[in-house]
Amino acid sequence: MGDEDRPLLNIKELKKSFGDNLVLDGISFSLDTGQNKVIIGPSGTGKSTVLNCVNRLVVPDGGEIWLEDTEIVSCDNINEVRQEIGYVFQGFGLFHHLTALKNVMLGLTRVKKVPKKEAKEKAIAKLERVGLLDVLESYPAQLSGGQKQRVAIARALAMEPKLMLFDEPTSALDPELIGEVLNVMRKLAEEGMTMLVVTHEMGFARAVSDEIIFMEKGRIVEKSSPEKMFEQPENPRTREFLFKLDELYGKGGE
Amino acid sequence: MLEFLTEFMIIDIFVSNFGRLMSGLRFTLTLTFVVMFFGTIFGVLLALGRSYGIKPISWVCTAYIELIRGTPMLAQLFILYFALPAYGIRFSAVTVAYLGFTINCAAYQAEYTRGSLESVGADQYKSAYSLGMKRWQTILFVVLPQAIRWSIPAWTNEFIYILKYTSLAYIIGAPDLMTQGKFIASRNYQFFRVYFIAAIIYLVIVLISTWIIDKIEAKFKIPGFG
Repeated sequence: MGDEDRPLLNIKELKKSFGDNLVLDGISFSLDTGQNKVIIGPSGTGKSTVLNCVNRLVVPDGGEIWLEDTEIVSCDNINEVRQEIGYVFQGFGLFHHLTALKNVMLGLTRVKKVPKKEAKEKAIAKLERVGLLDVLESYPAQLSGGQKQRVAIARALAMEPKLMLFDEPTSALDPELIGEVLNVMRKLAEEGMTMLVVTHEMGFARAVSDEIIFMEKGRIVEKSSPEKMFEQPENPRTREFLFKLDELYGKGGE
Repeated sequence: MLEFLTEFMIIDIFVSNFGRLMSGLRFTLTLTFVVMFFGTIFGVLLALGRSYGIKPISWVCTAYIELIRGTPMLAQLFILYFALPAYGIRFSAVTVAYLGFTINCAAYQAEYTRGSLESVGADQYKSAYSLGMKRWQTILFVVLPQAIRWSIPAWTNEFIYILKYTSLAYIIGAPDLMTQGKFIASRNYQFFRVYFIAAIIYLVIVLISTWIIDKIEAKFKIPGFG
């Protein structure tokens, strides 16, 4: 307690297998308050599994995950811990039967037991923050992909999390909608939110992150500052992967 | 048409037996509404038990649903009315009608509801859990409200089925529309005409119900969804 040097999130030797398939083979890294790290790597290397382990949607086989002084893998109050961790993912996960406003309110009223009026004010404020004041009463099916993802971000923010996880938040979006989501994320980062992001958006990674973690086959191959990662990656695999991404998505420099 | 009706005394028979026919209709409608009400409630509980219950509960619910759906409704009524008295359990025809149709309706409603519960995608569980919602909260506040909306068309279809299936009550002599028809016919020997009238009454009620149900379905529709 009160340890100033302690990271906000500290992952130690995380291991996970699905059947015979070793997905995470000893992943360790940490995140200080206000820091922003991006995990990149080929698909199927366990990037999403790392995030899913952080809020224990997937239970690791070994290792520790510390959120401040709570150990997540073994804690017995996971529902409380999850309130501290916002989670935004590719599929949005919006509640189809609720308006944008009610989507954001649900966690407040049902989990945090915030009175309805207060929850509504808070939800409106969060939706304003992601630029969605004009669709408060719209249902998810009436929103564009970019709007849906911003509702999901507002919903996560409403819980006042200490940490935000983003799992390929723009991968399901049409190219012209990606920008609006990345802008919201960029603004969040600038305002000091601690973020752990899995993405293929190298422009975002380069502009926003403090560190880029390159993962392959369940291991961290390389982690370094974006400048170093993009200008002079140490590992030949990192170089190869970034080269491929450049071909697919264009240069990371924007 | 009018000539046909007068020539075959359809209107005469209808008018002179109006009270008895209406009392039969009243019983049929009451039976249908009560059966639908309890059948739907038990059906939702059975579906929740089958989908989310711990194993023994899930098995019991599954066994119930499959047993009831796998046997004829007529056999179920016979067992309740004719077989149980042999074991000292005696119900009146009216009780058997209410009980038997509710037991049957619940099993079907359960399966419709289960299909709807399963149509709510994994992404929504994922986001509910990551907000810190417990499993029961997720089911109650996220999954069930959507499943119920998805189920409305199937449920209302079941209403039409039950409305017509309750005519089986005449086998055990509960005083529904068919039984009253049989009673009238057994006195005036106009079997064809009386059953024709009964069929028309069923048809009119079904058409009116369908119209009302369409209104209800439209009201519960989620914009841009289903």
